[in-house]
Amino acid sequence: MIKQNPQRKHIRDDKLPHFFCPGCGCGQVLNYFLRAVDEENINLDEMVTIGGVGCTARIPVYLKTDTLHGVHGRTLAWATGIKLHKPEIPIVIFAGDGDLASIGGNHFIHAARRNLDVTVILVNNLNFAMTGGQVAPSTPSELKTMTAPYGNKEPDFDICKLAIAAGATYVSRWTTDRPNQVIKGIKDAMKHKGFSLIEIISQCPTHFGRYALDSGNPQVLLDWIKDLTLTKTQADKLTAQEQKGKFIIGEFIKEDKPVYTGSSVYKEACQ
Amino acid sequence: MSEKKAYQERVQSGVHFMAGNYATVEGAIAAGCDFFAGYPITPANEISEGMSKRLPAVGGAFMQGEDELASIFAVAGASLAGAKAMTATASAGFNYKQEGIGYASAIEAPCVIVDVQRCRGENFASQADVMQMRWGASGDYETICLAPSSVQELFDYTVKAFNLAETFRNPVIVMSETTIALMRERLEIPDPKDLKILNRRYTHQKPGEYMTYKANPNQAPDFAPLGKGYHNLYSINPHDERGGIDWDPEVFDKLYQRITGKISENKDQICETQSYHMSDASLAVIAYGSEVRPALDAVEMARAGGIKVGLLKLVTVWPVAEKQIKEVASQVSAILSVEMNIGKYSREIERVSGGRCPVHYVTKNKGSGHTKEEIYQAIKEVWK
Repeated sequence: MIKQNPQRKHIRDDKLPHFFCPGCGCGQVLNYFLRAVDEENINLDEMVTIGGVGCTARIPVYLKTDTLHGVHGRTLAWATGIKLHKPEIPIVIFAGDGDLASIGGNHFIHAARRNLDVTVILVNNLNFAMTGGQVAPSTPSELKTMTAPYGNKEPDFDICKLAIAAGATYVSRWTTDRPNQVIKGIKDAMKHKGFSLIEIISQCPTHFGRYALDSGNPQVLLDWIKDLTLTKTQADKLTAQEQKGKFIIGEFIKEDKPVYTGSSVYKEACQ
Repeated sequence: MSEKKAYQERVQSGVHFMAGNYATVEGAIAAGCDFFAGYPITPANEISEGMSKRLPAVGGAFMQGEDELASIFAVAGASLAGAKAMTATASAGFNYKQEGIGYASAIEAPCVIVDVQRCRGENFASQADVMQMRWGASGDYETICLAPSSVQELFDYTVKAFNLAETFRNPVIVMSETTIALMRERLEIPDPKDLKILNRRYTHQKPGEYMTYKANPNQAPDFAPLGKGYHNLYSINPHDERGGIDWDPEVFDKLYQRITGKISENKDQICETQSYHMSDASLAVIAYGSEVRPALDAVEMARAGGIKVGLLKLVTVWPVAEKQIKEVASQVSAILSVEMNIGKYSREIERVSGGRCPVHYVTKNKGSGHTKEEIYQAIKEVWK
């Protein structure tokens, strides 16, 4: 007898096989998200999930939720409109690094500033993957990509630091090879009231691996990420110079602040 | 009723002396608008200002977006969540709206976009966005666009715009202009019972039976609410009746036939025009928006001088009122197409006239509208 994945019940009936490449981290994140949903007894019927454009943005398309999809970078703008009209609807956004930190950067910092009550699951595969492996604001310096054939000459974004500086109230970073931490992180992010970001450093063997590491083998890529990973506690003992180029993982901030409710604030003012 | 309480009424019935931008606000609130997002831009700022005061008072939500894109996409999101939603901008900002208009058209999210047209970077009078209103976004789609010519019509057509948006599940553009948006004149807001308001159509089907995009040919589907287990999928990508992304050319064809057909095949129901002195006319002026005002004055001056000229006013600019324009072209010996740009919509009138009569372009691109004398001169020259 073929055993079915217990999370299969949450996937739209006619949507498999999914379109992620073999070895891609997006399938793992989809799995981790659904594990978190089941462990917290979250009702997906009540949820809106959103994806913009990109590989990660396809994750919500498979889910039995209400889903918005298909415009690059505008996920948080949609979410703001939905939240202001129906604050009770939980929203989870699946965004790639290009979607969130490049074309959607302005919406990202302002949603964080407002403390909009949504969960952002950022799958950071360090490049624009769907379009063929172009350099992204998240691509580490000096690595080669499709559009940085001589090495990336720009510094990369620390997207977690950016979110914290902008006003996000829950921020953590993990890697795809740490399922327990990722699942707990997603649960914490969804339970958090306010703008929550969980960044998951992920492997893109098809494009990032082949250009930057000369290998399309996901294992090589996972090992490379693992070798560069430091826990927050480890990183705290190092100088800024020593931390450079490392993926620092852990929970960085978790605090309570008033969430953005738009009109209800004004409504009170009017009465 | 206290002043504060009266302010909480959606329909401010009575006679007012009001600027066009505020009339737009009152039209939207009267039509049931409950979400507005906008970004500062002159000469549309009074719309945001008015909305920020009025909407919360009637239980709606106002936001000032971090940019024009945030505003139009928040409008699309709120619309899908059930809100009657609107954004307003002016020409330079209208560029950014195209991305959202394309998305809202593709996923069939009703919304209203007000473009207070101005000249490049300055608040001079203009009708230069008339083509962008139709063709601004990428991909195939149809637009409904209404052109008010007075403060009263800014109110009336904004109400109409919300009704059309709900009927066809499509973005509807109110083609405002500096000229009328910043002008103060008489506005009469009717009694609520005399206002025709159309609300969101929701499905009676249950989750599981309902399909997000199942609809009759050339019609818009009914909505299902968010967060109630209907598993709506709103993707801009080619999608089947369930909303699922599907690259089959036949699926693509069927979807776009319906999305465009619901407007193009219902043109006669949508398109509105008004005729002045047309019954015995052998010359016709065709105008829209603020240019209707000097055009009507010029027609009346010419009539006083014995020239048999009439005016066809286009209430609906998009889709093109082909039936009415063809009728006029068959009746008269020449058409004068009056507009405040380099002559954009005149080509449409020429196309629709199809050689039935010559079409003269009476255009002006100087940051100010035609005077009645200028149009009168043009009429006299054609009449000779």
